[in-house]
Amino acid sequence: MSDTTKRTLLEVKGLTMDFGGLRAVDSIDLTVSEGEIAALIGPNGAGKTTFFNCVTGIYTPTDGDILIHPKDKPTRRVNGSKPNMVTTLGMARTFQNIRLFPDMTVLENVMIGRHCRTKTGLTGAILRGKAARKEEQEIVESSYTLLEKVGLGEFANEYSKNLPYGAQRRLEIARAMATEPFLLLLDEPAAGMNPQETADLDALICRIRDVEKIAILLIEHDMKLVMNISDTIHVMEYGKKIATGTPQQIKDNPKVIEAYLGEETEA
Amino acid sequence: MKNIKQSLAVSLWFIFLTFPLMVVKVNTSDQLVQWRWMNILWIGLATFVLSFVWRYALARKEARQMAAQSGQDEQDKPSRIQALLEDQSLRYKAMIALLIFALAFPWVFDTYQSTIMISALIYVVLGLGLNITVGLAGLLDLGYVAFFAVGAYSYALLNHHFGLGFWTILPVGGILSCLFGVILGFPILRLRGDYLAIVTLGFGMIIKVVLENWSDFSFGPSGIANIDKPGLFGLKMDIAASTTYIYYIMIGLVVLTIIVTARLKNSRIGRAWIALREDEIACVAMGIDMARTKLSAYALGAFWAGMVGVMFAAKTTFINPASFTFMESAIILSIVVLGGMGSILGVILGAMILILLPEYLRAFSEYRMIIFGAAMVVMMIFRPQGIISNVRQKYEFKGLKEKSENV
Repeated sequence: MSDTTKRTLLEVKGLTMDFGGLRAVDSIDLTVSEGEIAALIGPNGAGKTTFFNCVTGIYTPTDGDILIHPKDKPTRRVNGSKPNMVTTLGMARTFQNIRLFPDMTVLENVMIGRHCRTKTGLTGAILRGKAARKEEQEIVESSYTLLEKVGLGEFANEYSKNLPYGAQRRLEIARAMATEPFLLLLDEPAAGMNPQETADLDALICRIRDVEKIAILLIEHDMKLVMNISDTIHVMEYGKKIATGTPQQIKDNPKVIEAYLGEETEA
Repeated sequence: MKNIKQSLAVSLWFIFLTFPLMVVKVNTSDQLVQWRWMNILWIGLATFVLSFVWRYALARKEARQMAAQSGQDEQDKPSRIQALLEDQSLRYKAMIALLIFALAFPWVFDTYQSTIMISALIYVVLGLGLNITVGLAGLLDLGYVAFFAVGAYSYALLNHHFGLGFWTILPVGGILSCLFGVILGFPILRLRGDYLAIVTLGFGMIIKVVLENWSDFSFGPSGIANIDKPGLFGLKMDIAASTTYIYYIMIGLVVLTIIVTARLKNSRIGRAWIALREDEIACVAMGIDMARTKLSAYALGAFWAGMVGVMFAAKTTFINPASFTFMESAIILSIVVLGGMGSILGVILGAMILILLPEYLRAFSEYRMIIFGAAMVVMMIFRPQGIISNVRQKYEFKGLKEKSENV
């Protein structure tokens, strides 16, 4: 890899996932580079979320390689790693159907994200020594800073279940960012949002890329959002990847149009 | 008005139902039929009042729910009790008053009262221990009494065979039962919900059956007698003195448990437990090691049961498997659920109510289970979160705000 091109962060080669006789993901190749927003799109049931679940360790893929190249660290193959290992290695995700911790406060939700970057153990927690107190303070402050970044600072002590829908989505992103990832995987971050919220999200995602220097891979159905912010778009249909390219290339790709709208004559 | 009508209908229906039993009495020897009309009146009145109160309470609950749904702000508005609890100065005063009361208790009341209080305190510690597993980590444990038994038997056996003293065994019992917690924890890491409950239930049964049948080891159902009471530098104590002594050890143990669980609850570990309870997949995806978190919750929960088991053996000086039935597990679980899952104060209150009330209401001892069940049902309908619901810590950001103002 030369210095002029951006470093590759995530490299997926021939990823395949079978559920019994059903091949949900069929030899997908995909790369995400530093400072890139990549989008994964496709009709419902194309296998996008399954792909996410394989990459983040929730499923163990049947075949293929998932390689990550963290900065200053050796390349690692993460097939079959436990989800918490994947997160510790630097890939954090959000969920399609929001999975917050409803009975915890907004701040505590983000503090959970700090778990894998801190190390106070049982004895530390019970004795509450100087190191433990300092670390706790550090957790609170960094979590609060993150909340302010996504615009939820004022809700810090609310229960997360009481937040409006759009705010819950943003909180999930903040929680994932708290794990200090180099790559953020967002599963339909704009689902169920109104146009205003989507526009805010649009700005937030770009900010994460430009200010926080975190690359992003997202699944999304909102084409306006995808076309606006993506650097690269990957299109899936029936578990197979049918196209890759910039938003403009994808827009004009006949195969993509066919996948979304049926035969061209009908469209 | 509608309520009155419906309640009236209910009472009429009950009058009709109970008519043959409560009103007609046939005196077979004198060939007479007695008509006890007064009974009708009582039944009618009682069912009417009960039904009316029930309806009124339900309607109020629904109204509150509706209000909560319409306005976001109304939701989870802290109740008056909760507001009181959050008042810091009041809290310290109450705690000091409570501590003084607890310390003075054996001097004010007689030995009998102290003994009852000791058993209540034992259940307080058991409740707080189970609160870690069930209340915080959300792992339903129906065999908790097994850990209690491990602690009790480790003291009884080690004392019987090797003459080891109470203070030596107190931590040993805790650690042994901690180990059992981990042993139980390993195979059930993957289970959750109902399946988890069934396995833990089985574990509780296994321990009891082993203790009953492995006579060479545990002396079977006849149990172990003459266990040493806790010693104080070889001092000879009469019953009253040793009860007082045990009472104070128990108070110490309770305070220790409260401090430890309170600190854990708002620590990195405690947050991981709660996250595990709230959403296992999200918890794992946020980088929390599920196996370690679950095992630590089991081990710590078991640890307190083991410690207090040693205490129990030392207090009663006699133990047998009959003390460690499923009923005990159920009561401890009820303490946690009734008191309020995850809430320390709630669990303490729950233990006091569930253990002390039956002692002082000996007159109603025959109806104990009925009252117990009815209380549970009413509780689940009107206050499913327990007597005192768990409130999460609020954090302050003064430092942060000042910083941003300065910049």
